[in-house]
Amino acid sequence: VGHVELELVPPGPLAARMRAAGAGIPAFYTPTGAGTDLATGNYPARYDSDGNVVEWLAPKDVRVFGGKPCVLEEALHVDFALVKAHQADRLGNAAFRLGSRNFNPSAAMAADVTFLEAQNIVDVGDIAPDAVHLPGIFVQHVIMSTGGWVGTPNAPGASW
Amino acid sequence: VSEIGTEIGWSREALAARAAQDVPDGSYVNLGIGIPMMIPSRIPVDREVWFHTENGILGLGGVPAPDEIDLDVTNAGKEYATVVPGASIFDSSLSFAIVRGGHLDIAVLGGMEATPSGDLANWTAPGRTPGVGGAMDLVSGAKQVWVVMDHTDRRGRSKLMRRCTLPLTGARCVDRIYTALGVFRPAGSHFDCLELAPGVSEAVVREMTDAEVAFDLAPAEEPS
Repeated sequence: VGHVELELVPPGPLAARMRAAGAGIPAFYTPTGAGTDLATGNYPARYDSDGNVVEWLAPKDVRVFGGKPCVLEEALHVDFALVKAHQADRLGNAAFRLGSRNFNPSAAMAADVTFLEAQNIVDVGDIAPDAVHLPGIFVQHVIMSTGGWVGTPNAPGASW
Repeated sequence: VSEIGTEIGWSREALAARAAQDVPDGSYVNLGIGIPMMIPSRIPVDREVWFHTENGILGLGGVPAPDEIDLDVTNAGKEYATVVPGASIFDSSLSFAIVRGGHLDIAVLGGMEATPSGDLANWTAPGRTPGVGGAMDLVSGAKQVWVVMDHTDRRGRSKLMRRCTLPLTGARCVDRIYTALGVFRPAGSHFDCLELAPGVSEAVVREMTDAEVAFDLAPAEEPS
């Protein structure tokens, strides 16, 4: 049995912290979470095997901007990102379909190594430059998807 | 599930319809999980309202028919959804920029506890798996935060509290609260009742509410 250390992060700061990591922004202030237990550190980060708290979240620095208390959030670098796109070429240029874009571009930006699973691998140039949602510069490996989704795709345009 | 507070006043459907009535034409609105999700189908037909979902859709539509399900279109609660003509799609980073940047007119959230100072708790409680969702972002970014919730919890305890006992989602962020019993506005030391649900008396609200409630702004009760 493995163990994890957990930091609860609201989804807005999660996206912003990953994007910041990829954008060379080491930290930023945001109002999200100010005044909550996640900012004051009044929340467990790690339990022992008996369920006792052995480590708490680190309290976040708070500054007031325009009258609003804001917490300091640091960039979130990751070693690996696993992302999924609808289309990609061998350079890693990728296009996502409808609501499936979500955290994928931010995660790819944050990672040292990004594995991109593509439902369709297309020739270089087949994705119009304007239609590239994630430039290949953020992608190190492109893998052809072998499917395995749950459910029945009925929508025109979906290819599973 | 029978809950005290839903047996009188507005049903959940009527409550969603009552909140929908207050959404202005042309609004950009984000909806939390629960009763807020029942609002879109109850928006008056002559209003154009745009629904935003954190996972990156502006222009979210209703629930798809079984043969219209698209695995790539879900709401923030991971339920299948649709997009309406005029919708736009973006990644989470931009989606939360919309939230945090103050571009949304209204966030309608569910709640566990709210106070007269506008504090809201709705992300974790003892015995629940903590799931910090977009609510923390929404309360700090939306121009207005409405809470639509049952008036009492499953044990019959008031959710309109003098102070929150649960971990806060946001401090001083709530603008309006809709419960089965009426419409309320945090007013610092007390809640102003703006409207009583049909058949609900001031006495019932007082009895079922932990915090102080003032009724000067509520239209007089119609004789039953």
